[in-house]
Amino acid sequence: MLKIENLHASIDDKSILKGINLEIKAGEVHAIMGPNGSGKSTLASVVAGKEEYEVTKGTILFNDEDIEDLAAEERAHKGIFLSFQYPVEIPGVSVTNFMKTAINETRKAKGLDEMPAKDMLKLIREKSELLEIDRKFLSRSLNEGFSGGEKKRNEIFQMAMLEPKLAILDETDSGLDIDALRIVANGVNKLKSKDNAVLVITHYQRLLDYIVPDFVHVLYDGRIVKSGGKELAHELEEKGYDWIKEEVNA
Amino acid sequence: MSNKYTEDDLREELKTKEYEYGFYTDIESDTFPVGLNEDIVKAISLKKGEPQWMTDWRLEAFKSWKEMIEPEWANVSYVKPDFQAISYYSAPNSKPKYDSLDEVDPELLATFAKLGISLDEQKKLSGVAMDVVVDSVSVATTFKRTLGEKGIIFCSISEAIKEHPELVKKYIGSVVPQKDNFYAALNSAVFSDGSFCYIPKGVRCPMELSTYFRINQAGTGQFERTLVIADEGSYVSYLEGCTAPSRDENQLHAAVVELIALDNAEIKYSTVQNWYPGNAEGKGGVYNFVTKRGICEKNAKISWTQVETGSAITWKYPSCILKGDNSVGEFYSIAVTNNYQQADTGTKMIHLGKNTKSTIISKGISAGKSQNSYRGLVKISPNADNARNFSQCDSLLMGNDCGAHTFPYIEAKNKTAKIEHEATTSKIGEDQIFYCNQRGINTEKAIALIVNGFSKDVLNKLPMEFAVEAKKLLEISLEGSVG
Repeated sequence: MLKIENLHASIDDKSILKGINLEIKAGEVHAIMGPNGSGKSTLASVVAGKEEYEVTKGTILFNDEDIEDLAAEERAHKGIFLSFQYPVEIPGVSVTNFMKTAINETRKAKGLDEMPAKDMLKLIREKSELLEIDRKFLSRSLNEGFSGGEKKRNEIFQMAMLEPKLAILDETDSGLDIDALRIVANGVNKLKSKDNAVLVITHYQRLLDYIVPDFVHVLYDGRIVKSGGKELAHELEEKGYDWIKEEVNA
Repeated sequence: MSNKYTEDDLREELKTKEYEYGFYTDIESDTFPVGLNEDIVKAISLKKGEPQWMTDWRLEAFKSWKEMIEPEWANVSYVKPDFQAISYYSAPNSKPKYDSLDEVDPELLATFAKLGISLDEQKKLSGVAMDVVVDSVSVATTFKRTLGEKGIIFCSISEAIKEHPELVKKYIGSVVPQKDNFYAALNSAVFSDGSFCYIPKGVRCPMELSTYFRINQAGTGQFERTLVIADEGSYVSYLEGCTAPSRDENQLHAAVVELIALDNAEIKYSTVQNWYPGNAEGKGGVYNFVTKRGICEKNAKISWTQVETGSAITWKYPSCILKGDNSVGEFYSIAVTNNYQQADTGTKMIHLGKNTKSTIISKGISAGKSQNSYRGLVKISPNADNARNFSQCDSLLMGNDCGAHTFPYIEAKNKTAKIEHEATTSKIGEDQIFYCNQRGINTEKAIALIVNGFSKDVLNKLPMEFAVEAKKLLEISLEGSVG
């Protein structure tokens, strides 16, 4: 589904990604771990198409299509979803209105008519139940005054509504207490299927107890320096990242 | 035409009086020669068949205007109009400009389509000849009958001067006196036409006077005069302007609007202003210098709602004089400036009565190289015990070349006054745009969404069917303003 080859990317002439290779197939869950400043969030932004980042070398293929020239919204229409580490506030725009716009813009891009209001309401009901969201919450302004947990749960709610092929969860566990973490993880697990894939970006192993990865990769200084199964996450949790740094620098 | 005085009569009259007036009028084009003097003022009054008291009133205004100087305190810069280079009378749209819609600028039609304006209305708005029997005309007639049954008078101010002189005489200039300010004085001297509305005691006007308005008032002149009187215990919701773009060739517009809300009456006055803003380089565009003011008697309420997206220069402060005890004034405003537009707009709330209340919500959106200023005055007079005001002024900036300014003035002369003022300035961030993009929403749509969210508190105050159009208008006004 996603194939990244020798990806180099920079921002303001500062090189961040220095040759990433990663392949994610449908039905798989991958986790990317790594110390602060290793380029985890940059990778997520570059795949999602954030304009500030410049791809200087390499390719990103999504379902065998080179997506380098596609705008962020076009990538979204193709089924790439990013759950943000820091979701932004949009005052005066309700969660429902935002979702309605997002869904209908995506449908428009695919040449479909707008979703009938009845179907939209049904979908909202279904997905808000899945994520144990109080529907009153949906009429509040997007992320305005939301707690950390509410913001993250709202991100996963949006993911549920948009049903992406590839979901990138950027530090979704940060700011979550254990109950919220469980709800969010359950949501992700329920949405998982053999046709879609999940890329979890996290600092800690904790989230991976709930969303169990098939592969774990360690990102350090803009490169994937180690890959393995879920046991690698446990090893990192125990030993920290220093031994990886030493290995690389040796 | 209700009066028997025809253009032929006028032609004869002007022929014989040509020398007396010292100018020559080309009747064919029906436009007065440029320049302004007492004779022109008299001629306008004569042409409109006005009674002597009205002519005198105009002349008095002209006398004051001559002594006045153009105000310079607003935060706008422009080349001052040459008032002697303007023609002060032009017969309103007597001939259709086009025979069919095919001849109209396609860009204009595209905008109409985006706003969802019906074909008949498109024709009317762009000056295309229409058959006599079209929907809009019969609709207008039905409206007029319904209003008539309730005793509501709704007609042009020219007609009112002739048919209801006692009302006009009593109230015209009672809220905005002739010598109130430079532009109001000019308007008082030369106003071309406008609307008059009277709601009798205890009557609730059964419809928004909006649909009617749009159908009938397209292409009104550059010096409009509006007078709305809500008698005791009555209610009216009045809508002025149009979301459709107005490509007026007149650069200077100086309108006056007076609202009178007698005891226990309520007037809701909504405006959408979409005059030609000039091109992307800042060439051309309308100068809009408007004086709007209302007076509230006991327990009365006046609510101004405005959406300002057009004009090169906007100078406008819809105000309330809260004279009666317990009266309420409200001002809800969205002002959008793009490219090289400049807006200096806000309100004045003058608290005279006891327990008077005012609310001000102003949303300024600036893009391109535009400048957007809020200017407001809250004045609490010594007798206004327990007066309350709440003001909120929010500015939204797009890009790095535009400006937002807030000039709030507060004068409180009574210790029991409670005045609150809140102001925020925010910028549409790249992060907000990217967030929307990532959800499949393109940048243009994202901006529309953010702007609509920002303006929601004011959009909600507009009459229902109009709010939808106003939202689309905001989108269109900001098209191409980012990236």
